[in-house]
Amino acid sequence: MPDTSVPTPPPPLLRIEGLTRRFGGRTAVDGLSLSVQPGEILGLLGPNGAGKSTTFQLLAGLLAPDAGQVHFAGRVLSLSDPALRRQMGIIFQRSSLDDLLTARENLLLGARLYGLTGADAKARAETMLSLIGLQDRGDEKVGTWSGGMRRRLELARALVHQPRVVLMDEPTQGLDEAAFRTFWTHLKRLRDAQGVTVLLTTHRADEAEGCDRLAVLDAGRLVACDTPRALAARMGGDILTLEGPEPEALAAQVTERLGLGATVVEGRVQVEASQGHALVPRLVEAFPPGRFASVSLRRPTLADVFLQLTGKALGADAPSPTPAPRKRR
Amino acid sequence: MSADIPVPVPSPMEAPAAPVHRREPGTLALQWATVWVLLSRDVVRFFRQPSRVVGALAQPILFWFVIGSGFAGSFRVEGAQGLGYQQFFFPGVVTMVVLFSAIFATITVIEDRKEGFLQAVLAGPGSRLAVVLGKALGSSSIALMQASLFLLFAPLAGVDVKAVDYPLLAAVMVLSALALTGMGMALAWWVKSSAGYHAVMSLVMLPMWVLSGAMFPVKGAGPVLSWVMTLNPMRFSVEGVRRALYGAQASLAVGSQGGATVGWEVPALLAFAAVFVGLAAFSVSRRE
Repeated sequence: MPDTSVPTPPPPLLRIEGLTRRFGGRTAVDGLSLSVQPGEILGLLGPNGAGKSTTFQLLAGLLAPDAGQVHFAGRVLSLSDPALRRQMGIIFQRSSLDDLLTARENLLLGARLYGLTGADAKARAETMLSLIGLQDRGDEKVGTWSGGMRRRLELARALVHQPRVVLMDEPTQGLDEAAFRTFWTHLKRLRDAQGVTVLLTTHRADEAEGCDRLAVLDAGRLVACDTPRALAARMGGDILTLEGPEPEALAAQVTERLGLGATVVEGRVQVEASQGHALVPRLVEAFPPGRFASVSLRRPTLADVFLQLTGKALGADAPSPTPAPRKRR
Repeated sequence: MSADIPVPVPSPMEAPAAPVHRREPGTLALQWATVWVLLSRDVVRFFRQPSRVVGALAQPILFWFVIGSGFAGSFRVEGAQGLGYQQFFFPGVVTMVVLFSAIFATITVIEDRKEGFLQAVLAGPGSRLAVVLGKALGSSSIALMQASLFLLFAPLAGVDVKAVDYPLLAAVMVLSALALTGMGMALAWWVKSSAGYHAVMSLVMLPMWVLSGAMFPVKGAGPVLSWVMTLNPMRFSVEGVRRALYGAQASLAVGSQGGATVGWEVPALLAFAAVFVGLAAFSVSRRE
């Protein structure tokens, strides 16, 4: 696994140092430092309010930072510098397509906005349409399209001018499972085809699994940054979940009788242990019949890692049960 | 995404080199690109909404006929006995078309910047001044098209088509559209909500039109009112259109103290356009 054994890492494409942004007395992004390697998909993971969206808006040049430096390809650049803006493609949480224009026209305007002209712009728009598999539907107005198709088109538009970095804010929010998978298939294909570097924010555990590396944010600070696998490996072993009446008392008893660290998470008792399967019979024998309503054993997920790192639940982890209402115009 | 799908971690050694860029567009080319994208988008959108095209034509005609005939009986300007109200009111309706076009262009900015196309433009390589200019030129083009349609009815208002000062007419309309869009955009950027913008519109922009000499002449208004009207930027639009359509005599007949506006319409509007577009660019370029 190349995860841990990289001899000399190449210079990062994007290096953020001490990025800080305050709103009144609240510090939304607090001295964030981060290196993004060329060609990787880096996910900013955190619940709502962790500072992900503020970080996105800072990097998109829509907000001005209070402090911090950005090195891009070895140069220190202001986030509003046109030289940096040209190298970024952006996907916003809310759609930024024009519903009255066709897919082709949306791509063409996207290309022109970044200085492509005439035949160049047209050729790039056609290439992107076929790369996302929508070349037959290029003349349809996008206002009638489904959420999944619109997101794919936004991905195409973000890449139409061949940027070196794509920045995405909760790109799959509100998409169903199938549209989510399609989006990611296209994202990875485009990443491989164009060698683009991807920086995205997410609070979906399944989306985080798809990233090459994750930067875990909590209250505006970076609490961990590693591959999803390495992060999951930080948890000792298995997670045992016990259901039963009076969970607080049960947790105390488990801790006392078996010498294990048991905690109550959302009304259930959780125990983290390296040999989970061996623990199950010991647990069952240590308590009278009927004390547990259920006992379950599973491998830790990113949501568990997140909970351990920040003490907070990741929130609406995927597939989001109630898709956020998206305004259609 | 289940865990058994191997996640490809690209070895840094294989990281592809930066894509080869053909010609880097210059900074000025990027500014023009931003202006052009916003301008062409607004024009295309206008024609994609048939209701807007129809409304753009029907609304001023309705306004002109209904209000025009309502006031026709009681309208009399001292020293201009031959001037009928519909004739007097026609230039005012032309400026109303320009005003409504500017209001419509800027009201869309409020939502567009948070959840629409404008987000992508603001995060792009163009400057904020280019964003304001693109929006202002888009609004001006639509205003010009709408006003031109309405001007087809000018002969019904006693306009001698051969005597119209077309360069003056075009200059006044374009500069008015730029000034009003600039003002609307500066206001919209501070207000931030559509509801708030409606309040601004009815407290600032509509009274500006009513007190521009569009509905009643400056001459004959009370001292305080005539003072307010004299300082109103929109007065220069109305008087400019009036002079272009009917000649300096008509303008002098209804103007204030010896027709102080005659000849000053274009320079005054140029100054207002520069100030308001500058103000809009300043507001929009403050990255919060």
